Amino acid sequence: MKKSYKIEVDCANCANKMEEAAKNTAGVKDASVNFMMLKMKVEFEEGQDPESVMKEVLKNCKKVEDDCEIYL
Amino acid sequence: MNKKQKKMLTRIIIAAVLLIVLHFIPITGIPRFACYLAVYLVIGYDIVKKAFKGIKNGQVFDENFLMAVATIGAFALAVYERSGDYNESISVMLFYQIGELFQSYAVGKSRRNITELMDIRPDYANIENDGKLEKVDPDEVEIGSIIVVQPGEKVPLDGVIVEGNTTLNTSALTGESLPRNAKAGDEIISGCINMTGVLKIRTTKEFDESTVSKILELIEESSSRKSRSENFISKFARYYTPAVCYGALALAILPPLVNLVLLHNPAQWGQWIYRALTFLVISCPCALVISIPLSFFAGIGGASNAGVLVKGSNYLETLAETKYVVFDKTGTLTKGVFEVAGVHHNTMEQEKILEYAALAESFSTHPISRSLKSAYGKEIDQNRVTDVEEISGNGVTAKVDGISVAVGNTKLMKRIGVEAVECHQVGTVIHVAIDGVYAGHILISDVPKPTSRDAITSLRKNGIKETVMLTGDIDRVAQQVAGELGVDRVYSELLPADKVSKVEELLAKKAEKEKLAFVGDGINDAPVLSRADIGIAMGAMGSDAAIEAADVVLMDDDPMKIVKAIRIARKCMRIVYENIYFAIGIKVLCLILGAVGIANMWVAIFADVGVMILAVLNAIRTLFVKKL
Repeated sequence: MKKSYKIEVDCANCANKMEEAAKNTAGVKDASVNFMMLKMKVEFEEGQDPESVMKEVLKNCKKVEDDCEIYL
Repeated sequence: MNKKQKKMLTRIIIAAVLLIVLHFIPITGIPRFACYLAVYLVIGYDIVKKAFKGIKNGQVFDENFLMAVATIGAFALAVYERSGDYNESISVMLFYQIGELFQSYAVGKSRRNITELMDIRPDYANIENDGKLEKVDPDEVEIGSIIVVQPGEKVPLDGVIVEGNTTLNTSALTGESLPRNAKAGDEIISGCINMTGVLKIRTTKEFDESTVSKILELIEESSSRKSRSENFISKFARYYTPAVCYGALALAILPPLVNLVLLHNPAQWGQWIYRALTFLVISCPCALVISIPLSFFAGIGGASNAGVLVKGSNYLETLAETKYVVFDKTGTLTKGVFEVAGVHHNTMEQEKILEYAALAESFSTHPISRSLKSAYGKEIDQNRVTDVEEISGNGVTAKVDGISVAVGNTKLMKRIGVEAVECHQVGTVIHVAIDGVYAGHILISDVPKPTSRDAITSLRKNGIKETVMLTGDIDRVAQQVAGELGVDRVYSELLPADKVSKVEELLAKKAEKEKLAFVGDGINDAPVLSRADIGIAMGAMGSDAAIEAADVVLMDDDPMKIVKAIRIARKCMRIVYENIYFAIGIKVLCLILGAVGIANMWVAIFADVGVMILAVLNAIRTLFVKKL
């Protein structure tokens, strides 16, 4: 399952870091961040609950870039 | 400017003013240190705070951390060397913040401009209720509803006009500024702007299925397909920063140790640490990381404004490297509107043959069947037709009123064992056999589009090595059209499957770096579109299958748009490479100059911020594609 989320981030490098962080979160199959559209697309692994996975994704993103936000 | 940016601007101004004032106040010692430290905190407190948070989260090579280390280091050096020159440290922070502010402002502004440019989303639909118009969300309008579109409004959903005449502005969709006329009975697609008359439209699609939604979805999706250059840059950034940091560490420790141990000279710790700090200032990969996606985004935005939808920055990259262009003939280079030019060698009345042919072909969506139907001109009763069998690339056999009818080319006639009479005129010849007996042939001809010839010529001028035309049509027609248009090579009488294998053959022959584009009109082309390095579908307004299969979608059916698409892609890639070489070049130069002590921290920060600003401005240039 794929879902798209609106994000808030200031710099392009931070967006790349967020993408890495999201990709490395358990339950996430693939993720891509579009800095220009301020969108994050997440593909979840089978049988994962997007809501709880996204909470983890947000936590991991906050770790790499304190100033970011994902609108869940 | 948003709130965050305004706050930053205020801080920058305060810090700059304080710095100038302090310059004229003759204080020394601890008070001087305290005053400058206060200014430093005004301009840099958030960076220092973020740096600490970064360390806590294990993000050592975070740019905040690097800036914090560089500036605090310079500050400490000034204390250690008792020079009292805190200006450098504060200025580095000041310029860094100015750069960041500029970046966030410029990116925010171009983001807004580009999305506005691509914004074709209708806000509402008018529904008539007891003689009064009511505005509703387009999402809530059901199929078959009647909506009213007033002059100046966007058409919110796809449909058919039931009442009214008008001219439509389709420029937001096609980039074509010439208005189109529309009248009752015409199909109308969402996203056009109604210019003159009031229209009543019966909707044929829900909002999610309408053209506007499809296009918006496509543009949004375009981001997830990243180009090689983008991937290169994000990888580069991942290694560049740590590499420069280790370089800085080595620079701070090794030369002094060598001085001390091997050469028995004074270590000069201060000097080498200063050079190492200069390294840290240059280590931020911002200019690169921001300018590349911005260039692609602006390129895709500019292209979509010109009626060229590119599904991802990787396709923009491939399009720029295109050296071979393969065309489908019908509907791409020619108008695709076949008209019956005559009926020859007929054994029965013309009308009768046309009637049989039109009925037999009535289930087909092939352009030929459409022209047969329009030549027949009467309502078609499909109940009269049974046992329809479509033989791909040959034609159709069916039973009409119980009589077997075969309609197709010479191959079909051979297949059913009927001898066909060849036609002497050039065009598509449709042979008709009724009840197993040859009944005559129908000549259908198609004309090239007015801009096809110019398009082929200017493709060649733009460095395309070879143009190829593929067609299922007979060789004589193909050769004539090719000669007229100046196409280099022609392959004719191909079945849809043959087109794929021909394209594969061409793909195998060319060099890896030279890309092959296939241009088709989307009907029956899907397999070839996806097989080519890059598939371009044209005139795709309303055709979902083509939008799905192609990598680049041309909103109208003008072949000149192919040239435009390639030129847009090339301009975008040129700017991307300019930015890559320019930014990396300047950084490497500064690193070398910094290591040997020629470039100080001032030069480093100017290089860093300056390169970033220039790269961003250069990237925005991609947006301007109108004159290409």
